[in-house]
Amino acid sequence: MTSPKSAPAQPEASDTAPGYQAAQAAYDAAQHDTHMVQIVAPDGRVVRPDLLPAPEMRLELYRQMRRARHFDERGWVLYRQGRLGVFPPFGGMEASQVGTAAALTKDDWLFPTYRDTGAALTLGLPIARTLAYWRTSPHGWHMPADLKVLPFYIPIATQYPQAVGAALAERRKGTRNVAMAFIGDGGSSEGDFHEALNFAGALNAPCVFILQNNGWAISVPTRTQTRATDLSRRAEGYGIPGVRVDGNDALATYHVTAQAVERARNGEGPTLIETVTYRVKPHTVADDPSRYRSEAELEGWDAKDPVLRLRTHLLAEGLMTEASEAELLAEVAAEFEAALQEADSYPDPTPAEILDHVFAEPTPQLKKQREQILAEEQQ
Amino acid sequence: MTATATNTKTMTMVAAINDALDLALGADSAVHIFGEDVGVMGGVFRATDGLQAKYGAERVFDTPLAEAAIVGMGIGMGLAGLKPIAEIQFAGFLYPALDQILSHVGRYRHRTRSRYHLPMVIRAPYGGGVHTPEQHADSPEAILAHTPGVKVVIPSTPADAKGLLLSAINDPDPVFFFEAIKLYRSVKAEVPLGDYRVPLGKARVVTQGDDVTVVCYGGMVEVAQKAAEAARTAGIGVEVIDLRTLVPMDTETVLASVAKTGRVVVVTEAPRTGGFHSEISATIAEEAIEYLRAPIVRVTGFDAPYPPFTAIEDVYRPNPVRVAKAIKQVMAY
Repeated sequence: MTSPKSAPAQPEASDTAPGYQAAQAAYDAAQHDTHMVQIVAPDGRVVRPDLLPAPEMRLELYRQMRRARHFDERGWVLYRQGRLGVFPPFGGMEASQVGTAAALTKDDWLFPTYRDTGAALTLGLPIARTLAYWRTSPHGWHMPADLKVLPFYIPIATQYPQAVGAALAERRKGTRNVAMAFIGDGGSSEGDFHEALNFAGALNAPCVFILQNNGWAISVPTRTQTRATDLSRRAEGYGIPGVRVDGNDALATYHVTAQAVERARNGEGPTLIETVTYRVKPHTVADDPSRYRSEAELEGWDAKDPVLRLRTHLLAEGLMTEASEAELLAEVAAEFEAALQEADSYPDPTPAEILDHVFAEPTPQLKKQREQILAEEQQ
Repeated sequence: MTATATNTKTMTMVAAINDALDLALGADSAVHIFGEDVGVMGGVFRATDGLQAKYGAERVFDTPLAEAAIVGMGIGMGLAGLKPIAEIQFAGFLYPALDQILSHVGRYRHRTRSRYHLPMVIRAPYGGGVHTPEQHADSPEAILAHTPGVKVVIPSTPADAKGLLLSAINDPDPVFFFEAIKLYRSVKAEVPLGDYRVPLGKARVVTQGDDVTVVCYGGMVEVAQKAAEAARTAGIGVEVIDLRTLVPMDTETVLASVAKTGRVVVVTEAPRTGGFHSEISATIAEEAIEYLRAPIVRVTGFDAPYPPFTAIEDVYRPNPVRVAKAIKQVMAY
C-alpha cells in the first residue's frame, strides 16, 4: 500500500522512452507472458502441439495470409503509380486478421476497421471491390449480397456497439450466427469500446471482439495510450472472458477465435481477444513514421514476420514444399491481377450519383438538388 | 386519414404514443423497443407502459445506461433485419450518441449502395415548459435535420403523434421522433383507433388566415395558436402551419401560404443561431421573396443554454405574447 503522500507509481520511463522501444519492449515482454496463447514460437518451434489446427486449415491460413500480403504489397505499388488512393497498410498483421476472420462462416457478421482488409478478404470480400473502395469508387461500396461484411469503418470504435446489435438480432432470429468486430489498441480507449463490452456481457450477445494491439495509434505507442499493459484483462471488468494471444501466430489466433466463436454460437456469450502484434508499416501510405520511429529499428521484425513463421512450420512439417508454395504464390498473384483488371473496368460515377441511396425514396429536396446537378452538367 | 366519431378515443399524447407502439409490436415481430427504464418501469413518461408485460422482455427491454451503445446497438439490430425503436430518455441526452448518429445512422443505405438500410426509430422527449432540471429541456432537432439520411418528425397533437409514429416505424429509413414534453399530458383529443397513419412530409394547416403565416412545430404549435387567437380578436388573420416533419419538409404548403399572406413569423424553442427556423426562413427567402411584404421574423430561444430557472424559464421559451408581438411587427412593416 502506498501512503497518501507518496506519488502514484508511474509506468517506467513513460515520458522518455522512444515510442518504438516502448512498443517493442511490450511486445517482447508479451512473448514471455505465459498467459498469452502461442502455438508456434517466432523461430517456428511448435510449443503447443496439442492445440495445432488440422493440416488443411494450416495450409488454408497460409494461403489467406499470402493473399492478404500480396494485396498489401501490390497496394503500395499501385498507390505510387496513382492507381490506388490513400490506404492503411496491414503487412505484418496478417496472422491477427486472417486467423481471426477464418473462424467465421459466410453467415456471420464482420465489422472491420480501415486497417482490416486482410480480415475482409479472408471472409470473402472480393479483391476487386476492395481495390475499388481504396480507389474511392462507389463500386467499392457495393457489398456482395452473400456476405455480411460491413464497409471499412473510418470512425474509431463505433462499430463495436453495432456488432452487439447485429449479434443480438441473430439470436432473436434464432440463428447460431455471430458478429465479429475489430478494433486497435488506440480504439480501445474510446467510450464505445467499453460500452459495447458492457452491453454484450449484460445482454449475452453472441459477439467476438478482436482487439488488435499493434503497438501504435498513428504516432502514439500503446504505452502512452494507456497504463494498462494487458488489454485482454479489460474483459474482466465486464464479466466476459478475455484472451491474450500471440497476434503473429496465425495458428494461435485461429485456435482461440474458433473457440470464442463456438462459445458464442452455443449461447455462452461474448469474448474479447487481444491479438498482440505490431504495425510494421506506417499508419497509412501517406504517413511519415520517421517522425516518431526510425526505420532501422524495424530490422528485428523480420524474425517475427507472421507469414514466414507459418511458412517455416509448414515446410518443417512437410505440409508444404518450396515447389507447392511457388504454385500457391503464382495462383495468388494471378487472382490479384484478374481482380485488378475487373476493378479497372468499373466506370467512374456520374455527378448525380452523389445523391443516390440517401433514402428509399428521394425527398422533394433531394429531387430538386438532382435537377440542379443535372442542369449544371448540361452547361 | 380523417377519423369518424365512432372509431376514435380521447387520449393524451403519451397514451397515443403508447397505442402506436402497442400496435407496431402487435403487427410485426421484428419491432423491438429498448432504452433506459422502458421495460419494467414503462419509461419515465410511461410511453412504453405495459408493453413489456404484453410482449415480453425480449421485445421490450431495458439496456445498460449508455446512449452511444443504445443507438449503436440499434444500428446493428436494424442492419440485421429487425425494426429497432430506441428511446433516449431526454433529447438533451442524445449528445453522447452523436458519434453514432452523425457518423452512421444516416449513412448505411448510402455507404452500402442500399445493400443495407436502417429502418430505425429513435424517440426522444424534448423541449421546455415543464420546469425540468438542467439538460432536460433542450431542442436539438436542427442537429439531426442537418444530418443527411435521417428524417425528423415532431408531432403536436395526440392523433398526429400516433399517426406519424406508425409511419415512422414503417418507414424504411431512420427517423428521429421528438416528443414535446409539455404536450405529453396537457392536451387530450380524439385519436383514431387501429392502424392510423399520417404520412411523413405533409404539413398541417392548423388555422386559416390571410394576413400572416406562422410556421412552427411540436411544442410551439399551441403557443402559436394562442397568439393567432389574440390576433384574430384584433382583426388579423393568422395561418398557423404545423410542419410535423422537418425532414422531409413540406415546402409546398409553406410557400402556398406565404404567397397568400406575404408575411411570415417562424417560431421554435431552439437556440437562435443555426436553428431549423433559419432553414425555414432561408427557404422562404429563396423561393418566395417576391411575395414578402415584410422581413421574416424569427421567434426563438436564445444563444444560451436552456435555463432551468422556474421563475424566468418563460423568458427563454417563446410564449404567445412574444409571438403576438412578432405578428404585429410584420403587420406594421
